Amino acid sequence: MAETPLQVTQPQASSPETPSVAEVLVDAAKTNVLKVQDYSKLCLRSLTNLVTSPRYMPDTLVQMDDIGVGSLPIVLLSGFFIGAVLVLQTGAQFERFGQTMLTGDVVSIALVRELGPTITGLLVAGRCASGMASELGSMQVTEQVDAMRAMGTDPSRKLVSPRVLATLLTLPLLTTISVFVGLLGGMVASVFSLRLDATTFWERAIHVLEFSDLMQGFTKSLVFGFILATVGCYQGLNVRGGTQGVGRATTQAVVASSVMIIVADTFLTKIALFLADKVF
Amino acid sequence: MAESPSSLALASQTSSEVLIQFSDVRISFAEGEILRGVSFSAQRKETLVLLGETGSGKTLALKLAAGLLRPDSGTIDILGERVSGMSERELLGLRRKIGFVFQEGALFDSLTVGENVAYRLHEDHVNEEEIEPRVREILEFVGLGDTLDLLPSELSGGMRRRVSIARALVSRPPIVLYDSPTAGLDPITSQTIMTLILRLRDVYGVTALLATQRLQDGFGLANFHFDPATRHVRRDGAREKASLTVTRFLVLRAGKIYFEGSPEELLAANDPYLQRFLI
Repeated sequence: MAETPLQVTQPQASSPETPSVAEVLVDAAKTNVLKVQDYSKLCLRSLTNLVTSPRYMPDTLVQMDDIGVGSLPIVLLSGFFIGAVLVLQTGAQFERFGQTMLTGDVVSIALVRELGPTITGLLVAGRCASGMASELGSMQVTEQVDAMRAMGTDPSRKLVSPRVLATLLTLPLLTTISVFVGLLGGMVASVFSLRLDATTFWERAIHVLEFSDLMQGFTKSLVFGFILATVGCYQGLNVRGGTQGVGRATTQAVVASSVMIIVADTFLTKIALFLADKVF
Repeated sequence: MAESPSSLALASQTSSEVLIQFSDVRISFAEGEILRGVSFSAQRKETLVLLGETGSGKTLALKLAAGLLRPDSGTIDILGERVSGMSERELLGLRRKIGFVFQEGALFDSLTVGENVAYRLHEDHVNEEEIEPRVREILEFVGLGDTLDLLPSELSGGMRRRVSIARALVSRPPIVLYDSPTAGLDPITSQTIMTLILRLRDVYGVTALLATQRLQDGFGLANFHFDPATRHVRRDGAREKASLTVTRFLVLRAGKIYFEGSPEELLAANDPYLQRFLI
């Protein structure tokens, strides 16, 4: 140690030990298992907080406004044009067999079961998971989260659960709106491009749907909402490394939630199809 | 806030009750062991000045005391309760009895000054009609009565620090932890902050841990007191030193306690390392 102010303390030279490949892999595996464990605990806490007090309903309403109303423009725009492009693509194929009237059926099923929840989930993930990660990340690096804990508030209750609940409540609504607007877009495209009757398109689109289709779309939007909110919050609360870390967490939140939504979609589809055969 | 002359007498009553007790506390991170068997205690109305270089573990000690971190080994008792063995839920309750002033203030940047200070009162479900007068009162106490509707980004560094002190004090906790309250501030603003800490100590008799790199902060607390009767800070005479609240120094070095004692003992210490703080 330096004994005068002019001396500079130097760290003691230690013999460099290069870790083996196995050690590096084991460390990486442990780190990832730990992350999964922390994420799972956060998910569980965010749900159990909803059934015990204190609950932060004003915060939930603010988040619902931000997530629901705030995401409405992009959901409306993208929903309309996805419906329209779906009609253009499938209609071109059906025209070869003279079955263009089936377009309404296909577009409706595709939107309700698959594209409505998935595209809405991905869009809201891009907008809101990143927002949650950056907001909570900034709070984390400026010690606001610690300040909250120091004042006797559980951050998972105050910050995570309202966001999770708000997303769970608004994403199914956004998905419903997206599907409706998508069908409108599809109807417009089918009238002007395929020369189909609007009433026929709409009737076929509605009548082809079964209860299991609606349940599939609804369940997916719930799961996707839970994924994007928890991933966004988890990334935000685990920011390390100042503003650079906030940027990294924001990117990771979007990437991780989008990938998880697509992966979950595959499994949910398989389960839904199985249940549709057995239950509905 | 009411500052009656009797408040000083109240604050000067010494008590042997130990409010903060660290026993052989150790904590490690990836870079190594930061605290290596730290033991100390603070009695009611005592101010313990944690002095040390950057990275010596001062902030860690404060965060451990508030239960924001858990020690690897050793025990920490706050207000007679074993913090190191509590669940997070139990800790949330205990933390309401502790005020924490963070180094950079850590104010909620999306809330106004008034909302920041009122935060804890809202959490404690204090009557809405009671909240505003209490917030105004504490903001007046720190000299920021006209900043109620401003955002933290509209305040200077010193003002943010004072709001942070007001926020920590609004629920009148018996223990306050100050993390480098004067770090990065100019001498005049630092003096304002230290005067405020003196007033809190002498008016309310809070028990405090004050982490700092500036020795003059500690000596300021040891050698001066706030007289509520005249509303002035006065240098202590020999008689007052014997009767007023106790200020002790604790120097941390390389994760261990290097020195523990009174200001006089620190001044008299003929140790090269301690002498560096006195320059």
